[in-house]
Amino acid sequence: MQAGADVSSRMSSTTQHAAYDTKVEGNIIFTQVDTAINWMRKNSLWPMPMGLACCAIELMGSASSRFDISRFGAEVMRFSPRQSDVMIVAGTVTYKMALAVKRVWDQMPEPKWCIAMGACASSGGMYRSYAVLQGIDNLIPVDVYISGCPPRPEAVLEGLMKLQKKIELEQSAVAQFKRGEGGLIEG
Amino acid sequence: MATLDSLKKEFGDAISETIEFRGETTIVVTAASAKDILKHCRDELKFDYLVDISSLDNLGTEPRWEMVYELCQLGNGSNEHLRVKYSLREDEKAASVADLWETANWHEREVYDMMGIEFSDHPDMRRILMWEGYPFYPLRKDFPLAGRQSDMPDVAFTDRAPLEGGPFVTSPTSSSTVHREPRSRTFE
Repeated sequence: MQAGADVSSRMSSTTQHAAYDTKVEGNIIFTQVDTAINWMRKNSLWPMPMGLACCAIELMGSASSRFDISRFGAEVMRFSPRQSDVMIVAGTVTYKMALAVKRVWDQMPEPKWCIAMGACASSGGMYRSYAVLQGIDNLIPVDVYISGCPPRPEAVLEGLMKLQKKIELEQSAVAQFKRGEGGLIEG
Repeated sequence: MATLDSLKKEFGDAISETIEFRGETTIVVTAASAKDILKHCRDELKFDYLVDISSLDNLGTEPRWEMVYELCQLGNGSNEHLRVKYSLREDEKAASVADLWETANWHEREVYDMMGIEFSDHPDMRRILMWEGYPFYPLRKDFPLAGRQSDMPDVAFTDRAPLEGGPFVTSPTSSSTVHREPRSRTFE
């Protein structure tokens, strides 16, 4: 207990906020609507795990403790498309499965993103075959392609960070304003 | 081999050829007697396990199809195998053995799905891997590796896979792999 108290007293005396001080500025942060929205979206990407082959095992690996996808706010794997933000197509999409994947995608509410994980989901991979769809981008728009067969969990996390970077640059509020629907900004 | 002697005594002329290769026994029989021989194998010779049913497409030769049944004695622990083969014309149906071995039901559906050979008296003659309405039989020799276009609205569609220099098709032959392996050939 004594040690803890020492640490906290030391913290309060030495911690200084050069850029932001609640005592001066109150509980106010100046930012842009888009920046705030994007910040919230990118840090709580709930994946729809579309696990179709061995990539799904690596996806499970990236969710477990060694790689820990929750460090990026994406640990809430939703098995309902209606609660999901990003569909991770992990594995070989056969023609028999293709329209089912499309249907799950259609059931996801906007805004939504798609990660094609691994060679098969990106391009059909080694399956130049009568039975395999040659890339999920034939059916749904893909934001990030992850190479590998299957990709290691680090690559999945890298792909997720790429998607976060992409989301950071979105201008949904500005676009709404330009379309003349911008009640939020026009006041 | 006791099995072989028993079969020859019982069926005689219906067995046209017996092949022994490194301890594996294969008998070639006539299509008409195949069901009776398989039944005899199960009931009298204790081949209680049907390992697999497969089929071959000898495109360009007559008869076109060749059925292969892989049997095994599991119950008595001898682990003896027997392969039964017979040829089938394109307009013929194979006799279903689903009433002898339950597992034949799905094996025969796979043969039907991939090769298009139909089975008489099968309890459930549907496709097993591809969907109902898929118009092709993908393991036939005249089917290109890249596949063909098809469309069943709201069920599934297929398209040609990009193959540089294709389509690649295998050829039936008894000579070496060089002749057999998939090469750019057109079957339209």
